[in-house]
Amino acid sequence: MSSPTYERLGLTQNQVLSMYETMLLARKIDERMWLLNRAGKIPFVVSCQGQEGAQVGAAMALETEKDYILPYYRDLGLVLHFGMTPVDLMMQGFAKGPDPNSGGRQMPGHFGQKENRIVSGSSPVTTQLPHAAGFGLAAKMEKKDFVTMVSFGEGSASQGDFHEGANFAGIHNLPVIFFCENNKYAISVPMDKQSGSEYVSDRAAGYGMPGVTVDGNDPLAVYEAVKEAVDRARNGKGPTLIETLTYRLTPHSSDDDDSFYRSKEEVEQAKKEDAVHTFSSYLKENGVLTDTAEQEMLERIKHKVDEATERAEDAPYGTPESLFDYVYAGQDGERTWQ
Amino acid sequence: MAVMTYIEAVTTAMREEMTRDEKVFVLGEDVGARGGVFGATKGLFETFGEKRVIDTPLAESAIAGVAIGAAMYGMKPIAEMQFADFMLPAVNQIISEAAKTRYRSNNDWSSPITVRAPYGGGVHGALYHSQSLESLFNHVPGLKIVMPSTPYDVKGLLKAAVRDPDPVLFFEHKRAYRLIKGEVPEEDYTLPIGKADVKKEGSDVTVISYGLCLQFCLQAAEKLEEEGISTHILDLRTVYPLDREAVIEAASKTGKVLLVTEDNKEGSLMGEVAAVIGEHCLFDLDAPVQRLAGPDVPSMPYAPPLEKDFMMNPEKVEAAIRDLAEF
Repeated sequence: MSSPTYERLGLTQNQVLSMYETMLLARKIDERMWLLNRAGKIPFVVSCQGQEGAQVGAAMALETEKDYILPYYRDLGLVLHFGMTPVDLMMQGFAKGPDPNSGGRQMPGHFGQKENRIVSGSSPVTTQLPHAAGFGLAAKMEKKDFVTMVSFGEGSASQGDFHEGANFAGIHNLPVIFFCENNKYAISVPMDKQSGSEYVSDRAAGYGMPGVTVDGNDPLAVYEAVKEAVDRARNGKGPTLIETLTYRLTPHSSDDDDSFYRSKEEVEQAKKEDAVHTFSSYLKENGVLTDTAEQEMLERIKHKVDEATERAEDAPYGTPESLFDYVYAGQDGERTWQ
Repeated sequence: MAVMTYIEAVTTAMREEMTRDEKVFVLGEDVGARGGVFGATKGLFETFGEKRVIDTPLAESAIAGVAIGAAMYGMKPIAEMQFADFMLPAVNQIISEAAKTRYRSNNDWSSPITVRAPYGGGVHGALYHSQSLESLFNHVPGLKIVMPSTPYDVKGLLKAAVRDPDPVLFFEHKRAYRLIKGEVPEEDYTLPIGKADVKKEGSDVTVISYGLCLQFCLQAAEKLEEEGISTHILDLRTVYPLDREAVIEAASKTGKVLLVTEDNKEGSLMGEVAAVIGEHCLFDLDAPVQRLAGPDVPSMPYAPPLEKDFMMNPEKVEAAIRDLAEF
């Protein structure tokens, strides 16, 4: 009997279990956010659901003590793996002062946490791609061996900054991974109205870098593709464009209604292929996970999410005086420019 | 003390900063072997090599965006935009990213980039090599905008911009590059960003300006001195955020204020200067605040007589000062 895929990839049972737990944690935090939104407690949610497998598979291939990530707004699984906690994320959801991403200034999903090398992002999509090239350039100039992974939806592949960032990284052979989470829709616009080519990864050739497309519902396939890209990047062999085929199981955001542009049947079919379920089955079939262990995991997660929700709900907002903080360096509430 | 041109002061400041700190580097179109289309990076490629003087593809959003990424990591990039007119593809990176990095991350991250760009007309550059674009940016908290008028200020302010912890747009008047010469100390010095500078003391009329226009104001003032009209001249130097105290003090000193810019009049940053004076100096004013500016047309035409009509010059400033003095 041949060894299971995870072993062939050099992953231990504990590592794949930890991957699954992070995927589940991301899913449960996201589900709680929706509940809180529908209960009128938080104004907005933008979801990771359906993309956790791709995110955690990719994260696992990076070194969390060294590498940088420039996530996009669905990357809950990615930032959890890089050290952001459920409490941090709930603080962000509730826009409370202790939110490490922005102190409650930005919407949910706008991640950033320097101590974990999660680079701050904005709402206009794709601006982070040239930034990633800048991090890669810094690594090369400073002779550091960190890798930078920038992620984005397939919608971003239409922006000029996709081209400008990838082109720059290609020219200078930078240690950057361009990680596209193709969830098939840019809000309501399907892939066939976004691109004349079938795959985003087809464009890699134009930048002189390898491009691959992998099944985003298979965390191990994603891990394998990203690991290969990481090894290439760390060995001075330059950037890679990786496209994962995923599906967005929720509407674009809590303010969207996806029934205008896709059928219930399509969404139901995608739910059957949801990595959170298929990876659970895979781990059970390979004797890594038992129903009991999974139940314990779910309880552990529920406790974490409950506690995070409670702490965030009780936490203070930023003070009115803090509105003026940090327009420029060294300003702590001084209205110097007023 | 060495006498150098405005552009030599730009090059000197960059050379000194690159020598001082290995994290400082230059990127832009043609900045390498060519030394920049105006020659601002002349000699830097030979001294510091292609790794620190980086020729980029024709992609302004990447020039700004790559600089921002490198700066967030901890580098000190100087991004050259070949012409201010060509900065527009980089506006999203400058306004959505660089200007907001510190605020949006609650001081966790920052984007300490310097973006240099030649602006202004009078060099037969036509519509797209002549514009003054500062007023597109002087409404964006998080940015600083420096527009020096003398080689001395160029060196001190550009060095300060490179060391500044926040993003600085550094607009250099391209006609001033070789037209304006001045004494520049050889030693290392910086000048404070955010502080205006009185370039000439006077008692009859206050003129507030910046960049090349400031030089025209000085020339006009010298001529008017012979007629017995004494002009007080304030150089904004940093046009955003404004040095409001200096504006109020200068306006109050004479009670008659002329604001001079090459930018087209409506919506130029001089409207903000006038508003500050209006809010604070009502009882000190002896005449309506006057703006002398470029015409409200899309940009500067190529045909020499039309270009001349558009451009500011000492004669226009002289006439405007005389009118105010006689008010």
